Amino acid sequence: MNVLELEKVRKTYQKHVACDDISFDIEEGKIFGLLGPNGAGKTSLIRIITTITKADSGKILFNGEALNNTHPSKIGYMPEERGLYKKMKVGEQITYLARLKGFSKREAFEQLDYWLDKFDILDWRYKKVEELSKGMQQKIQFISTVIHNPKLLILDEPFSGLDPINTNLIRDEIYELNKKGTTILFSTHRMEQVEQICENIVLINKGKNVLEGQVSDIKDKFKEHIYKVDFVGKIPENIDEHANIVEEEENSIKVQLIDVGHANKFLNYLLSQGTLVTSFNEILPTLNEIFIKIVGGKSDE
Amino acid sequence: MNKTWLIIKREYLSRVTKRTFILTTVLTPIGFIIFWVALIFIMSSGVEKKKIALLDPGNTLQISEKGKLRDGMVIYNYPRKDLEELKSNFEDYGYKGILYIPDQNLDSATLTFNIHYYSNDDISITTQESIKKAISSHARKIKMDQLGINETILDKLNTSVELQPKNLDKSKEEVSSSRAYVATALGAIMMFLIYIVIFIYGNMVMRSVMEEKTNRIVEVLISSVRPFQLMLGKIVGVGAVGLTQFAIWGIVFPLLYLGVGFLFSGKLQQLQELTTTSTASNAGDIEDILVIIQELGNFNYGYILAIFLIFFLGGYVLYASLFAAVGAAMGDDWGEGQSLTLVIAIPVIIAFYIGIAVVENPNSSLAVWSSMFPLFSPIVMPARIVFDPPVIQLLMSVVILLITCFFFIWISGRIYRIGILMYGKKTTLKDFALWMFRKD
Repeated sequence: MNVLELEKVRKTYQKHVACDDISFDIEEGKIFGLLGPNGAGKTSLIRIITTITKADSGKILFNGEALNNTHPSKIGYMPEERGLYKKMKVGEQITYLARLKGFSKREAFEQLDYWLDKFDILDWRYKKVEELSKGMQQKIQFISTVIHNPKLLILDEPFSGLDPINTNLIRDEIYELNKKGTTILFSTHRMEQVEQICENIVLINKGKNVLEGQVSDIKDKFKEHIYKVDFVGKIPENIDEHANIVEEEENSIKVQLIDVGHANKFLNYLLSQGTLVTSFNEILPTLNEIFIKIVGGKSDE
Repeated sequence: MNKTWLIIKREYLSRVTKRTFILTTVLTPIGFIIFWVALIFIMSSGVEKKKIALLDPGNTLQISEKGKLRDGMVIYNYPRKDLEELKSNFEDYGYKGILYIPDQNLDSATLTFNIHYYSNDDISITTQESIKKAISSHARKIKMDQLGINETILDKLNTSVELQPKNLDKSKEEVSSSRAYVATALGAIMMFLIYIVIFIYGNMVMRSVMEEKTNRIVEVLISSVRPFQLMLGKIVGVGAVGLTQFAIWGIVFPLLYLGVGFLFSGKLQQLQELTTTSTASNAGDIEDILVIIQELGNFNYGYILAIFLIFFLGGYVLYASLFAAVGAAMGDDWGEGQSLTLVIAIPVIIAFYIGIAVVENPNSSLAVWSSMFPLFSPIVMPARIVFDPPVIQLLMSVVILLITCFFFIWISGRIYRIGILMYGKKTTLKDFALWMFRKD
């Protein structure tokens, strides 16, 4: 079952094409990464999914139904440009946002208690937002995003401006929500975060789908058959016939195999030449490397 | 609709419970009252009665025959003392000064009459006037006796002229001049109130929109509600705050007025006596005031209030929606929007000046046409309403205003929905036009 299906979604602003026939599906219960450099069209796309704006053309299905005005109540959205009412009290603020999502007063209060208790911040309830530190405000922001138990949680650069402790805290919450069945759309331009968190990604650049799929598949597809070999002693003299040395250190080399399908043969060769191999690992490209390779270092930034 | 209601509630409650709202709502009437009470005290202390010794060795004023001098501000004593002697010790007797009448003639041929005033302080102008008036009216009595005429004969010389405007249009009631006078004042007050409301509460809406934008909460909000609901909720919520404030003042002011009248009744009465006894020409004024009070009762207040409220709300909604659009278009920079707010302020100010002219001449063609034009009518029509404009004009004006209100809300909504998501770019009027026609 797909929570979200996009088919050839297109959006233009005057002459600028923000989304150029973007298509992808998000399977229920997954953590899905929406990647792209700044200005690639991520936020435009998210605003379409959250019904803030409308696509010019294309099809969007939420839970199998065409996207409509009832769906925002099932979506939790933390925009990149986010904030809170500074003069409002924490409790009022969160319940207000929950009620705008369609919660009754009672439901809102129940959920408020649950989350304040969970983050161990029950005593913040009557504090004004402006009295809180920035990190504390981010927690409140997160709570107000998820308070209505959304089916799909959209996080646009959720970790920007967070210190490492809060980053971990929020990341753990994301995992926990995901375990309970919330599907998560995670939008960022920071690849290392995606690698840690997401199972599936779509990469967009200049409004176009560039790459889509499971993180492990993508890495496999873009691998360059590079292996890291740790050893004791010497490497064979004629190793050049089998592999190109990419990097060489004392007791460790990185090689790119010439005969790409035969890592076993290469290992055998090393052993047969009397090299004492202590470890043999394939080095997969990072998403960052793949990203730069595809985008070519060129983005709108 | 439910969500719009939530927004209205938040906008309303967050303002009404704010300390500044409570303070301005409470302090404004208190400030007025303090000002008023202070005024009463200043006035009554300024007119403190002075004791003055009047020396008339030549008996020019014929005090014993013609009666004592009458004056609200000065108490005259008539000690039988020598001027030189009194000069040295008049303060010991509690006199503020000595009024000395030099020996001279006082008869029907006297045109100027000289008196001397000795004292250690400067004599205030009001005291001077008061003394001059008292002596002058006393001299008049003496002269009248000499000429053998009395007040009743003099009164016969006076002819009071009353101008009664007769409107040839049969549908109109005859309007007395005092009614026109009262209507002008009422019209001006209502016009001024609406003018103030448009600026104060329109700006409040604008600031509130900007605050949400600079706080960056707006994108969170519009992922739950339509931008239009947000804008509408804001306009209605802030409008309700304005109505609340006016309702509170509407109740508190009369109560305080009565309270002060009761608490300071002594002082007020004293003041009133002073003004009536000291100035002889006041009798006519009092009559006028009585007529005005009577006229005030002759207006159909239910009708006036209803019409006033329609234009009050219509004007507010129309301009508040424009202010909302401007607020949405403004960036984080306050100064940026100044030129845009000016565009809104200009018609309001023009309407105000037209209103001033209309109060003078409520049935001129300027009055009729400007009260049809929806950007002016909320200010101009209330100025006319007390002059009973034709119902058909009133209806047309209301209908045009309402249609324009809906149109402006719609247009502003379109500008608003785009504007609130725009950051970092300076907005021009051209952008406004583009945004209006841009699709979602």
